[in-house]
Amino acid sequence: MAQQNADHSSRLISPWGERTPYGAGQRWPSRVDMQLSIPEADVERWVTSASVLDSNGDALDIAVAGGRIVGVRGRAGDRVNHGRLGPKNLFGWQAEHHPDRLTTPLMRRGGELVATSWDEAMSAVVRRCQDLLRSDGPSSIGFYTSGQLFLEEYWTLTTIARAGIGTDHLDGNTRLCTATAGEALKESFGSDGQPGSYTDVDYADVIGLFGHNVAETQPVLWMRILDRLDGANPPQLVVIDPRHTPVAERAAVHLAPRPGTNLAVMNALLHEVIASGAVDRGYIDAHTVGFAELDKQLAGATAEWAADICGISAHDIRRAAGVLGSAERLLCTVLQGFYQSHQATAAAVQVNNLVLIRGMLGRPGCGVMQMNGQPTAQNTRECGADGDLPGFRNWTNAEHIAQLAEIWNVDVLSIPHYGPPTHAMQMFRYAEQGSIKYLWISATNPAVSLPELHRIRDILRREGVFVVVQDIFLSETAQLADVVLPAAMWGEKTGAYTNADRTVHLSDKAVDPPGEARSDLDIFLDFAARMDFRDKDGAPLVTWTDPESAFAAWQRCSAGRPCDYTGLSYDQLRGGGVQWPCTPDAPGGTERLYADGKFWAAPGYAETYGRDLITGAALEETEYRALNPDGRAVIKAAEYLPPHEDVSDRYPFQLITGRTIYHFHTRTKTGRTPQLQQAAPTVWAELALSDAEGLGVTDGDFVDIRSPRGVLRAAVRTGKIRAGTVFVPFHYGYWDTTGAEPDPDTPGSAANEVTVTDWDPVSKQPLYKTAAVTITASPAAGDER
Amino acid sequence: MNGIEYALKQVHRAENETHRHLLQMADTHAAEHEIHHVALDIAAWSGENVQLLAAAARDNEIDLDEDADAPGRLAQTARAVTSALSGRSAETGILLLHDLRDLFLHASDASVHWEMLAQIAQAKRNEELLRLAERCHPQTLRQIRWANTMLKALTPQILSSL
Repeated sequence: MAQQNADHSSRLISPWGERTPYGAGQRWPSRVDMQLSIPEADVERWVTSASVLDSNGDALDIAVAGGRIVGVRGRAGDRVNHGRLGPKNLFGWQAEHHPDRLTTPLMRRGGELVATSWDEAMSAVVRRCQDLLRSDGPSSIGFYTSGQLFLEEYWTLTTIARAGIGTDHLDGNTRLCTATAGEALKESFGSDGQPGSYTDVDYADVIGLFGHNVAETQPVLWMRILDRLDGANPPQLVVIDPRHTPVAERAAVHLAPRPGTNLAVMNALLHEVIASGAVDRGYIDAHTVGFAELDKQLAGATAEWAADICGISAHDIRRAAGVLGSAERLLCTVLQGFYQSHQATAAAVQVNNLVLIRGMLGRPGCGVMQMNGQPTAQNTRECGADGDLPGFRNWTNAEHIAQLAEIWNVDVLSIPHYGPPTHAMQMFRYAEQGSIKYLWISATNPAVSLPELHRIRDILRREGVFVVVQDIFLSETAQLADVVLPAAMWGEKTGAYTNADRTVHLSDKAVDPPGEARSDLDIFLDFAARMDFRDKDGAPLVTWTDPESAFAAWQRCSAGRPCDYTGLSYDQLRGGGVQWPCTPDAPGGTERLYADGKFWAAPGYAETYGRDLITGAALEETEYRALNPDGRAVIKAAEYLPPHEDVSDRYPFQLITGRTIYHFHTRTKTGRTPQLQQAAPTVWAELALSDAEGLGVTDGDFVDIRSPRGVLRAAVRTGKIRAGTVFVPFHYGYWDTTGAEPDPDTPGSAANEVTVTDWDPVSKQPLYKTAAVTITASPAAGDER
Repeated sequence: MNGIEYALKQVHRAENETHRHLLQMADTHAAEHEIHHVALDIAAWSGENVQLLAAAARDNEIDLDEDADAPGRLAQTARAVTSALSGRSAETGILLLHDLRDLFLHASDASVHWEMLAQIAQAKRNEELLRLAERCHPQTLRQIRWANTMLKALTPQILSSL
C-alpha cells in the first residue's frame, strides 16, 4: 500500500494519480493519498472526516498540529475511496486559515457593512423576523440554504422553518445540482434513495455515463473506473456528452448530441434496445407498471429519427444501444449534462427505464446512480431542507403530515402542506414581486450561481428584502446582504453527511473557528432560542443543543422511512462510512436498494404520487392508486419537445456551463487554495477548433459571449467539443476582482451573466445548458493577452 | 347539422379558445418563467388537436379551419410591453390566478366536448373519430391538471400577500 505526500505538480497535472488495476469482481486495491504542510511525524492528532468538495464522500483524516489544520490523509479502510483523494480535497483544506475568513458579524450601516457583535446582529435578525411575522405572516419569510452544511444543521433549519415559523419557503442550492436526481428517483421508484452502490463499479461489464463527466466531478470514482479499465475483463463505457471529456476518451461508444436533445437520444436508445429484444420480460411483468405506455411512446423513436434531431449518426445510436442491450451487468450513472438541460427529469427517468426494462437492479454491478453535485446534497433532501418534507415524506399524504406533527409535537395545520415546498427560483420570483421580504441565505452564493445574474443582484439589493447571509467568506452575495453572520467551516465543527451512494460519514471538529465565527448549528440554535419557538404544549420546539443530540432527534424523524438512520451512532461512524438504511435489524447498513424487486412506491408510503413529465402537473392520490396499487416501479414515458431557447441567426451558438476538476461551486474555498487557483485561475471558453477558426481567434485570445441577458468575456481554449457549442465553467465571479459584480459596461467573468431563466417543470432545476449566445472576438483581445 | 358535426364543431371551438388563451398567457406572464415556457409547450398540443380535428372533419365533409386561432399581433406586443412593465406589481399575481382559472375552464370545455365526440362516434360506429378522441383527449386533460397544479402552488402566496 503506497502512502505518499502527494507531489503538488504531479497531482495537478495528473489529477487521478497512479493506477492500481484490478479485475472484475476483485477488491479495489487501496492507495493512500496524503498532503501535509509539515513532516508527518510532527502531526499531533488525526481527526475523522470526509471530503466536502464534491459529492463522492471520500473518507479522510484531518491532520492537526499547533491548533491548526496541517493536511489530510485518505482513509484506506473506507468503503468509498480506499484511501484516495482528488486534487480539490488534497489541497482545499488550506482555505480554512485564509486571512479572508469572516471573523465577526457585519451589519449594513449607512450603506456599508460594518463589524458588530453577535448580540446586535442576532437581535436585528430576530426583530425583523418577528415584525414581519406580525405584519405579513410566515409567507413573507424565506430560507435559501446549501448542499454543504451538515445533516444536523439542515434538520435544525427545517424544524425552524417548517414547524417554528411555518413557512413553505425553504430550499437549498441543491436545487441547482441534485433536484432532478431526487425527482427522477421519486418518479420511477416512488421515493428518493440511490438504488446502487459504488461497488457496482467493481462488477459492471458496461457502464453508461449519461451527461456525467465523472473524471472532473467525482475524481475518486473515476480512479476506480480507470483502475477497472486497466485491469482484467474491463467494462465498456457508453458516454453521452457534447464534450470530448476524459471519460469520452475511454468510451467504447461516445454520443455527442446537440445540447437540449437528451430525451430524443434516450427515447431512441430505448427504442433500439426494445427492438433488439434485449428486455427482461419477467422482471417487467413482476416488478413494474407502465411498460405498454413506454412502448407506445417509442413507436416512432428510431435511431434515424433521433439522429436528425440530435445531430449524431444513427449508426452510433445503434452501436450504443447494442452495448447497453448486451450488458450482463449494467451500471448507469447520470449527472448535470441531463439534470441541467432541457427536459431534465424526463431524460433522467429514461435512464431508470433502461435499467428497469433490462432487469438490471439490485445485483452487484447492476444499478442506476442518479448522482449528486454537492457533498451534503443528500442530507438537504432527506431533512426536507429543499423541496421535500423530512424523511422523504409526501406533502400530499395526510398521514405523513400527521407523523411530522407528532415528531415536532405541533398542530398539523401549523406545518405548511397546502402546496409543494417553494423551490428556489420561485422564492427569488416572490422576492422580486415583493411578497417575500426576508431571505436568509446560508452557505451559498446565488449572486454567482443562479441564472441571469443582473436580475438576481437586483433582487438581493431590493429595498423591501432583508437579506441575511451566513457564510465563511465575504462572498458576492454577502456583499449585498443586510446582515452577515460568520460561520465555522468543515474541520471546525462536528456533524454527519451522506454521499451519493447513501454512505454516511462523520466529520469531527479538528480546530476552533477563527475569531467569533460559530458553527451553522449554533447560529440556528441561537435563532430558535431567541425566537422562542414552542410546541403545542408550550415546551421548546427545538429540544437539542449540540450535534449529537440533533442527530438523535433526526434519527427519530427518519425511523421507518427509506433513509432510516436509527441503527447508526457517532461512535460507529468514527470507524468508517455506513450506507443507509441502517436499522437495528440491519446494523451494517444496506448496500443495494430494491434487491428483492420491492420498491418504496406503495401509495401510502411513497414520497410522491408522481408528476406529468412534460408539464410537472401533479397526479392526485386516486390516480396514483389506480396506476400503481401494489407499489411497483413506475415506467414513465415522455415525448421529446424542442428546447425553449434555440439558436438563431443572431445567437448561433449553444452555451453549456459546468465544472472543472480544480474548483468547487463559486471558488470561495478553492480560489483561496494556491495550487487549485494556479491550476485554473481565470474563466475560459471551450470552443471547437472549427468554430474558433471561423471567429478568427485562437487559444488564449479573448472572446465576448453575449445573450439577451448579458455579456461575459473569457479566454479561448480550443478543444474537442461539438461544433456550435461553447462550454464555460461556472465557478468564476468577482470577489477576487471587482467585488460583488462586474464594473459597469465591462463584460463579466461569471457564466451566469448570460444564462437563461428557465427550469425543468418537474424538478424545478434551472437549465444551465441551453442558452443561445453569440460570440465575437473581444475588442480588447490584443491588450489583455 | 348532425350530432357528429355538432360535437366536432364544439371541440374545434373549445380547442381554438384554449390555444389562443395559452399563447396569450405565455405573453402576459413572460416574467413568470415556468408559466411562459410550459404554456407555449402545451399550446402546441391544442394547435395539433385543431389540425387533426380539421382533417377528421374533412373526411366527414365538414369544413373546419386547420390553423388554430392565435392572439392578434398588435395585442400581443402591447401585452408583452405591459408584462415587462408590470412584472412586479401585486395585480399581476391576481391576473395570473385569473388566467389559470380561465385555462382550466377552456380546457374543461374542450374536455367535455371530446367526451361527447367519443360518445357520438361510438353510437354512430365511427371508428376514425373514436380513435381521434382517444388520441387527443389526454392532452386536454393534461392541460387541466397543469392549470390545477399551478393554481394550487401559487394561490397561497399570491392571496396571502394581498
